[in-house]
Amino acid sequence: MSIFINSSSKVIVQGMTGSEGTKHTRRMLASGTKVVGGVTPGKGGQIVDIDGHQLPVFNTVAEAIAATAANVSVVFVPPKFAKAAVIDAIDAKMPLVVVITEGIPVHDSAYFYAYSLQKGNTQIIGPNCPGLISPDQSNVGIIPANITKRGPIGLVSKSGTLTYQMMYELRDIGFSTAVGIGGDPVIGTTHIDCLKAFQDDPDTTAIVMIGEIGGDAEERAAAFIADYVTKPVVGYVAGFTAPEGKTMGHAGAIVSGSSGTAQAKKDALEAAGVKVGQTPSETARLMRAILGL
Amino acid sequence: MDLFEYQARDLFEKHGVPVLAGAVATTDDEAFKAASAIGGKVVVKAQVKVGGRGKAGGVKLAVDAEDAKEKAGVILGMDIKGHTVHQVMIAQAAPIVDEYYMSILLDRSNRTFLVMASVAGGMDIEEVARTAPEKLAKVPFTAVDGISQAKAKEIIAQAKFPSDIADQVADVLVKLWETFQSEDATLVEVNPLVKTEDGRIIALDGKVTLDENAEFRQPGHAALVDHAAANALEAAAKEKGLNYVKLDNGQVGIIGNGAGLVMSTLDVVAYAGEKFGGMRPANFLDIGGGASAQVMADGLSIILGDPDVKSVFVNVFGGITACDAVANGIVQALELLGAKATKPIVVRLDGNNVLEGRAILTAANHSLVEQAETMDGAASRAAELAAK
Repeated sequence: MSIFINSSSKVIVQGMTGSEGTKHTRRMLASGTKVVGGVTPGKGGQIVDIDGHQLPVFNTVAEAIAATAANVSVVFVPPKFAKAAVIDAIDAKMPLVVVITEGIPVHDSAYFYAYSLQKGNTQIIGPNCPGLISPDQSNVGIIPANITKRGPIGLVSKSGTLTYQMMYELRDIGFSTAVGIGGDPVIGTTHIDCLKAFQDDPDTTAIVMIGEIGGDAEERAAAFIADYVTKPVVGYVAGFTAPEGKTMGHAGAIVSGSSGTAQAKKDALEAAGVKVGQTPSETARLMRAILGL
Repeated sequence: MDLFEYQARDLFEKHGVPVLAGAVATTDDEAFKAASAIGGKVVVKAQVKVGGRGKAGGVKLAVDAEDAKEKAGVILGMDIKGHTVHQVMIAQAAPIVDEYYMSILLDRSNRTFLVMASVAGGMDIEEVARTAPEKLAKVPFTAVDGISQAKAKEIIAQAKFPSDIADQVADVLVKLWETFQSEDATLVEVNPLVKTEDGRIIALDGKVTLDENAEFRQPGHAALVDHAAANALEAAAKEKGLNYVKLDNGQVGIIGNGAGLVMSTLDVVAYAGEKFGGMRPANFLDIGGGASAQVMADGLSIILGDPDVKSVFVNVFGGITACDAVANGIVQALELLGAKATKPIVVRLDGNNVLEGRAILTAANHSLVEQAETMDGAASRAAELAAK
């Protein structure tokens, strides 16, 4: 098992005919993901050959679902068109929409998130995220597939490269699913959503949670862990040295006054019984100790 | 991007939020001209992006244009909590009978928008929230629903505004929502919103924060950037499209790929630096996932141009762009920089094709470059070199 995606997930790529979309469709196919088609408004009816896979292009997500029974969409369209693309997917009742696009105005992401709640059929992951991977089963997004293998650890992180780093540190053990939830101020799937899914997933035996400065998602996750999660969790928080008022790369990574500091997040996680590493390597060592390896 | 008060005032005016006459001045002569044009009593207000300017003496009433010139002369150049005053706003003075509070913001925790309104205005709203939460109405609403006239009336009633001004205040709220939405703001705050002696409702002071991700559809926002405040290195980096933040009191220049990994690198360097007399990271620089040789060269050149930097730590996890490509980028970057590269560089590569990448750097055998196998080891070595 795994969370959110598995070997039977059927994936369509919104923006497949663009350069990023094509590049990553190729990589997703190479790692065994069942990519069944793409959506680009105005290019419906075309067939695109990607490394020998004949992939149909549709004008809308609804048409794509009708023709392919896709149950996951991954969005690579530029920021300007991302809102329309996600709304198209929500209107088509796509169960899972993974938004990779970086730089979407927060009014747009707040809109499509609120819209998804009103419609009630769609879970959004991202935006501005690397996507998610259930190694050896399905890879939706841009996470390199060859870092590690299937295994017992679940990972949730705001950051892409820290996700890769942690997967690499624990590559000999492997992962059930690694989810990059994104570093924007409004995201569709939170640490808590992933923690809950990992807790409920029989194939996940321990969880790594990576956070960073900004907002209070880690504090909320800590409270959730105390209440709900019985599996061991190790944590890591980036941004102890970040000064107040400066955005650190992610639009959401900013310390304002006393809120959103790394120390507050670390304290909250530790109070919930989570072992928090000072560096990614130490965090990996904590996980090994918990697994008795 | 946070705006100055006068910029917020101008945006309010553009969207029909009632404001008083006001103009910005950078010299006392300009202040005189602005005050003459407005006429009568004016308020001279320091334009700084920090609270507490009134207590610091940055807001003064002037009886006429001559007085405004004198007061502007005092305020310009003043230091308010580390912010130098380069501009003042000359604002029409108005007799005030009551002060209120109103804001619309992005509520990250709840992933929605939020209106806050209170009849207890003029003071720090966090203080009101703490000491008299019953006086602060907090009403969430979604980006899909927005704020209609009816919704605005409901909110104003909930905030217990007096009935004789409720319609006017509701009007202001609708206009503020229009400002918030059409300018891609993440915060519009009016504090205080005032009632004047003649019964008008006016936004007397405002704060606006704009979403930089929306620049592509907000062509007017580029003109609002405060170039005077930007660090020279940050400005140079921005020109090259690099995601760079200068940090105070640092000696180790940092380059990495991915915002989270770079933030983590800063921390790891600060920990390691404790053993070497308190060496600290000098900057944040994220060159992104697919870093080309040119981007690496641009990044290195910015960092080597920082006189605070004594050593450089390049920390890259090879993902989509594998380590061999990154190593080639570093080698080419050093060729491009030539004699401009003068400081020791510790490189840590991990991830895809790591052995190939390390072999490329070993073969290049550049005198400034050292390799380290782990992030922690590399951080320690870079701090040690910076302390030499």
